[in-house]
Amino acid sequence: MARILLLVELKGGNDGLNTLVPYADPKYRELRPGIGVAREKVIQLDENVALNGKLEPLMESWKAGDLAILQGVGYPYPNRSHFRSIEIWDTASASNQTLSEGWIAQAFSGAKLAKGVGVDCIVADTNALPSTGPALRTIVMQDAENFLRQANAVKPAAMGDGGNPALRHLLAVRQEINAAAAGLRDRLREAPAPAHEYGQEFLLGRQLDLATRIIASKAPVVAIKVALGGFDTHANQAQTHERLLAFLADSLATLRRNLIAADLWKDVVVMTYSEFGRRAKQNASGGTDHGTAAPQFVMGGGVKGGLHGAQPSLGDLQDGDLRHAVDFRNVFATVAQGCWGQQCDFGLRQVQKLGFLA
Amino acid sequence: MGFDEARHLLSRTSFGMTPAEIRAYETLDYTVAVDRLLSAPSREAATPAPGWIGMGPAEVRRAQQTAEAERRDKPDGRKAEVVRPVQEQGRELKIWWIEEMLGTEQPLIERMVWFWHGHFTSSLQKVRYPAALYRQNALFRREALGNYATLLKEVARDPAMLIYLDGMRSVARQPNENFGRELLELFTLGEGNYSEADIKAAARAFTGWSVNRETGQFVERGPQHDDGEKTFLGKTGRFGGEDILKILLAHPRTAETIVEKLWHEFVSLKPDAAEIKRLAADFRKSGYEIKPLLRALLLSASFRDPANRGSLIKSPVELIVGTVHVLGLPVPEKTGIVRMLQGLGQVPFDPPNVKGWAGGEAWISTYTLLLRQQFLRRMVEATTVAPMEGGMAMSARPNRRADRRQQLPGDDSTMQMMEPPRPVEGRSLRNAGNEARLGPTLTGVDSATLVRTLLPRQPVDGLDANGTPGAVVASALLDTAYQLK
Repeated sequence: MARILLLVELKGGNDGLNTLVPYADPKYRELRPGIGVAREKVIQLDENVALNGKLEPLMESWKAGDLAILQGVGYPYPNRSHFRSIEIWDTASASNQTLSEGWIAQAFSGAKLAKGVGVDCIVADTNALPSTGPALRTIVMQDAENFLRQANAVKPAAMGDGGNPALRHLLAVRQEINAAAAGLRDRLREAPAPAHEYGQEFLLGRQLDLATRIIASKAPVVAIKVALGGFDTHANQAQTHERLLAFLADSLATLRRNLIAADLWKDVVVMTYSEFGRRAKQNASGGTDHGTAAPQFVMGGGVKGGLHGAQPSLGDLQDGDLRHAVDFRNVFATVAQGCWGQQCDFGLRQVQKLGFLA
Repeated sequence: MGFDEARHLLSRTSFGMTPAEIRAYETLDYTVAVDRLLSAPSREAATPAPGWIGMGPAEVRRAQQTAEAERRDKPDGRKAEVVRPVQEQGRELKIWWIEEMLGTEQPLIERMVWFWHGHFTSSLQKVRYPAALYRQNALFRREALGNYATLLKEVARDPAMLIYLDGMRSVARQPNENFGRELLELFTLGEGNYSEADIKAAARAFTGWSVNRETGQFVERGPQHDDGEKTFLGKTGRFGGEDILKILLAHPRTAETIVEKLWHEFVSLKPDAAEIKRLAADFRKSGYEIKPLLRALLLSASFRDPANRGSLIKSPVELIVGTVHVLGLPVPEKTGIVRMLQGLGQVPFDPPNVKGWAGGEAWISTYTLLLRQQFLRRMVEATTVAPMEGGMAMSARPNRRADRRQQLPGDDSTMQMMEPPRPVEGRSLRNAGNEARLGPTLTGVDSATLVRTLLPRQPVDGLDANGTPGAVVASALLDTAYQLK
């Protein structure tokens, strides 16, 4: 059966070590004397790791067994440029390889999709790379009603004269708008409002509201993408990072309650990701520089909760950075199979499926 | 050179152009026209600077803390309406630059200031000290057509940059790599031309370059500087920041990075590798003089190729400021323009990230294309319906011409994210803005000239050339080809 992937991008490089905290490791305190999360402020998950206390709203899902935490996810020869590293993730490429097609689009390459509505992926933030590619029709939309109202006023694209690449791009976008609006209009208007309201402190709240409506509309999309920005915490990180984590956890908990209330939780897989984690050692500015591996959260009614992968050792750093335990392409391969029944190796010689999705 | 080539040249070097402006160029020899555009005599903004640019960062921070405290202290738990200096100065700074763009007689300079702002990014969101961004903007204007080597050296000591990329916090004991990394990746060599070790070496070399917290000026803190030996791009020495910049300026990739970006901005989305290498070599040989480089670009066969007309996508600033200029819309209140730019993804002093704006095709997504059309429809209506109803709330601050009618309508764009979603309205925008009432910039111009002024190529949707001039202008603005330059 098909599930919708709800992708949550944490923009800027989320600090994995202050998200999933190796609280029992004395090296953690040594490396992070100023910004380490205090022992009394974490929620222990086992004898090694704990959640940052600001993630408390996720505990409902953890206890219900539908929150999987994938530890130490990264890739070999890590790139520490924001732009290059997010591109590596979004296109499921190797570190030294440049691909232009997003990983979700790759997963559907050659696959037949139901053409029920004129759109396959809806991006509520601004980065549409994961679903960019010829196999999928992606719409960037930040508010359903405005989208439909504005799309009403767009004339159907006059085809024929393609002109130059810039004009061709404009005409193609116009075509997408017309097709998507035609497919979504009635479904979205009939979809119920979410039972519980989302916080509005960051745009993520509004984006999740839209995502909930789309899921409730039963539009046959394969993926929806949202994002929370601000994770590039080079200086004075603690306050910013805690605020972001608290909002993230609260929003995802609200999403879970909404989808359970609508009996749709089993049809959705929520997955967070970020371009990289951060350096193990704090810097002199009370922050952290660009790093490597980090944990991912995966939630959903069909998700097998618990800890997966392995927490990278603080005693075995490479140039001051964590060594990854799980290649993210294995995570993507697991999702492609578990959500859409698509077999993909994303260029890996041997895919190692993880156990978080049946 | 003729009307169409004059139009092409101006569309790539200004913010919108009226029929009269094109006619002033059409009789000129092409080279003379390019030299006239490049002669831009003034290196300073004409719009008076905001009053607070002399404030130091510590003073701003204290005022901000006071405002934040007052804001919290309202007994009923609601936040009091208190003007917070950082936000207020930021707002005034954006408006200041928009005024300059609307009023300037040297639009090419402003286009270049945008170019440098998108290259050497710094953002209000992080810097939180608007005076530093004002001074950075003045630097970009001073060197807009000046010298790139000078600009790079000044930017490395620029307080806004030192705050934005954490240079001011980078000390010998623990160098912060943020500036070093972006210096190599974005400002000079480009990804793939250096190693992680080079970034670490550069970060060490710049330690000690900081900002005085009272004055907001650059300061070199000797004791914080790591004067040990470093190996950077194969060279070894006890390098400081200046040495790193010198090595970067000697590297051929640095000039190529700049020429590639200028090509994308002014010439075409399709890079011509051989031509870029040639221009870059000349650029480096000239000691990084910007004016001759831009002259060579504007005179190049690629730029002048008629097939190249209408092959670039207008940035939000070009679209909005350009449309206001062509329609001759009075804009007594600039906040509406800031809001539109926010919706379309190009807020002055607020780049999306350190890489700046991607530009090109990235300007147009399903979301922004809808919003662009909506704003254009509004602007068509704004000239039609003389006094607009409603509009934005005017604040009672002095120096604001609150008594004048709002001519540019406020937007209800989806970017005002914190507002609750609007209910569906039955009204269709399809029939809105059928006819524009023409201001002095377009009155008396025949329909064929109006179309040739507004569109870089044949209309995509087909215009009714027999309509009234107002209808021709309205449908040209809403034609897909209007998004191109």
